[in-house]
Amino acid sequence: MKTEQKFFGLMAEFETVDALFAATRRARQAGYREMDAYTPYAVEGLAEELGESKSRIPVVVLIGGLVGAGSGFLMQYWSMAVDYPFNAGGRPLNSWPAFIPVAFEMMILVASISAFLSMLFMNDLPRPHHPLFNVPQFARASQDRFFLCIEATDPQFDPERTLEFLSGAASHLGIVEVPMDVEPAAKEAEASERKPVGVMS
Amino acid sequence: MASAASVNPTNLAGQSAASDELRYVPVGHTSASVTEKISELVLGKGTRQSWYVMFAAGTFLFGIFSAVVVYLLMKGVGIWGINVPVGWCFAITSFVWWIGIGHAGTLISAILVLLHQKWRTSINRIAEAMTIFAVMCAGTFPLLHLGRPWYFFWLLPYPNTMKLWPQFRSALVWDVFAVSTYFTVSLMFWYMGMIPDFATLRDRAVNRRWQIVYGMLAMGWRNSARHWHRYQMAYLLLAGLATPLVISVHSVVSSDFAISLEPGWHETVFPPYFVAGALLSGFAMVIALSVPMRHYFGVQDFISVSHLEVMAKILLATSFFTSYGYFSEQFITWISGETYDKYVYLNILIGFKQYAVITWITLFCVFIAPQLFWIPRFRRNEKVLFSVSILVLAGMWMERYLLIATSLSRDFLPSSWGIFQPTIWDILTYVGSIGLFVVTFLLFCRFLPMISMCEMRGLLPGSRGHEEGR
Repeated sequence: MKTEQKFFGLMAEFETVDALFAATRRARQAGYREMDAYTPYAVEGLAEELGESKSRIPVVVLIGGLVGAGSGFLMQYWSMAVDYPFNAGGRPLNSWPAFIPVAFEMMILVASISAFLSMLFMNDLPRPHHPLFNVPQFARASQDRFFLCIEATDPQFDPERTLEFLSGAASHLGIVEVPMDVEPAAKEAEASERKPVGVMS
Repeated sequence: MASAASVNPTNLAGQSAASDELRYVPVGHTSASVTEKISELVLGKGTRQSWYVMFAAGTFLFGIFSAVVVYLLMKGVGIWGINVPVGWCFAITSFVWWIGIGHAGTLISAILVLLHQKWRTSINRIAEAMTIFAVMCAGTFPLLHLGRPWYFFWLLPYPNTMKLWPQFRSALVWDVFAVSTYFTVSLMFWYMGMIPDFATLRDRAVNRRWQIVYGMLAMGWRNSARHWHRYQMAYLLLAGLATPLVISVHSVVSSDFAISLEPGWHETVFPPYFVAGALLSGFAMVIALSVPMRHYFGVQDFISVSHLEVMAKILLATSFFTSYGYFSEQFITWISGETYDKYVYLNILIGFKQYAVITWITLFCVFIAPQLFWIPRFRRNEKVLFSVSILVLAGMWMERYLLIATSLSRDFLPSSWGIFQPTIWDILTYVGSIGLFVVTFLLFCRFLPMISMCEMRGLLPGSRGHEEGR
């Protein structure tokens, strides 16, 4: 359809979390799927509203824990009983109760690292650049404002109709186009100039 | 269960449930004002003169520490007062003390997350930072005690030309794994909690340099709801993993003693008793830090007297756990009739030279002093809170000292008995390590968000956050 994507999407700004919730539900009911909400803290149930299913992080963590415990135990078994058998106080070479603490710590270590890294990878982070950062108001997403962005990749997306649709959202503070890229020189000038398009309520 | 700690016995029956609900949430704040207040502590222009004064004091102590370490590396561990029966004393005492202090951070950030204790939000960042720095201080002691610290990597299992492995049946090797895992997981937990706050600082910073620094630390966090969803799940899982970890770490540390056969050490009560002592000293440190901090940084509305009161209650409870450990030790020794054990405990209680005096001071600091917190007035009095915390911290250090010095100086072979006398270097190493803690903690207060902004916003009424309305 589109040969060159000029902008990332259309983004509406809200003052309250309830307005964002209502707008998200409305967009989802209207059939939009490629969209995301931006909130200054974790909002209960918003991801589900956006159509996010249960995350697979717990599975990754479980596998990480099993790998950690297994490799931790095998490392000890192999080094103490196979590679360098050493009689310490008449204990059996495979003195497994003594191997539990290290295996346990290895389980926690690998599982925790899996939790942290899988969160980053699934979120596609670290990623210091993103079209959203081209919108000056977006800085308030980390402070006190709520945003809903319908992305241009959504099959239903149409610049005019989506703008009209978003303008219909209750109590929004304005709608902006999210440009894909901003020329470095134009950035400064544009930042001060850019006005919210659509209706101010 | 969840509301156990938030029940206030002094509440009048008529007081509404709603006001109780809001006791741990800063009154009259909005998302914007929370953000403004906390981030200005970091991004605000100019550093206060008193910060420099404290930093200078910390640096002075840290300088002493560095000088002692250099001298230690030149001369060897012989500069300490350790001798043949007492092969380790101040170093292991300080190690156990510091690592114990570190436990409250993970307790607050992990266990209280799982129990939905919303009051933790005000103090979890401070407590987590405290954990990181306390574990750093703790780690230096066993390393320095190695004698040749530059061979520390021999403690790790790696294929080497000597074809040797660490002895995995030894509690000392368990310690290496436990403490390094604890440090790594605590650091990850702390950092992950700060990612959204780094994004706030990045977005608020006006100075290009700080935009880049906080931007790198935030790793491009853009507050997406889909990201938050995974973030919350990962955070909860980390909390779930850190909870057994925090119990295991001090249990492993206690195994250093309990696994051995020394009289007074070979006891099954040690792991839970050590964990309780760790929580006690950790909470004492959190109180001792938050009382001055809330005034200095003007965050009395975030860290309210109600927060201090809850911590005082936990301090009282953990003081009982720890004291139960003392009495159980004494009782088991008495009922067992073991000659050597009885002799060691007699020494601890009414024995020789300096030990008995220290025992009774310890009991006063750890058991008697926290009893003040039965009285609501004292739980809300900052002077009392601070003084008792300091007493508890001192008491916990002396307790570990006694435990180590008495058993080692009176083992099974009377011909090898001997007394430990600390040298000036022992004392300076310990005091100097406090400098390391002070310096790192002050840097944290200046450059990192000391209260979790994103969690605080989610706590405000009407926020639909995770903890809101619970």
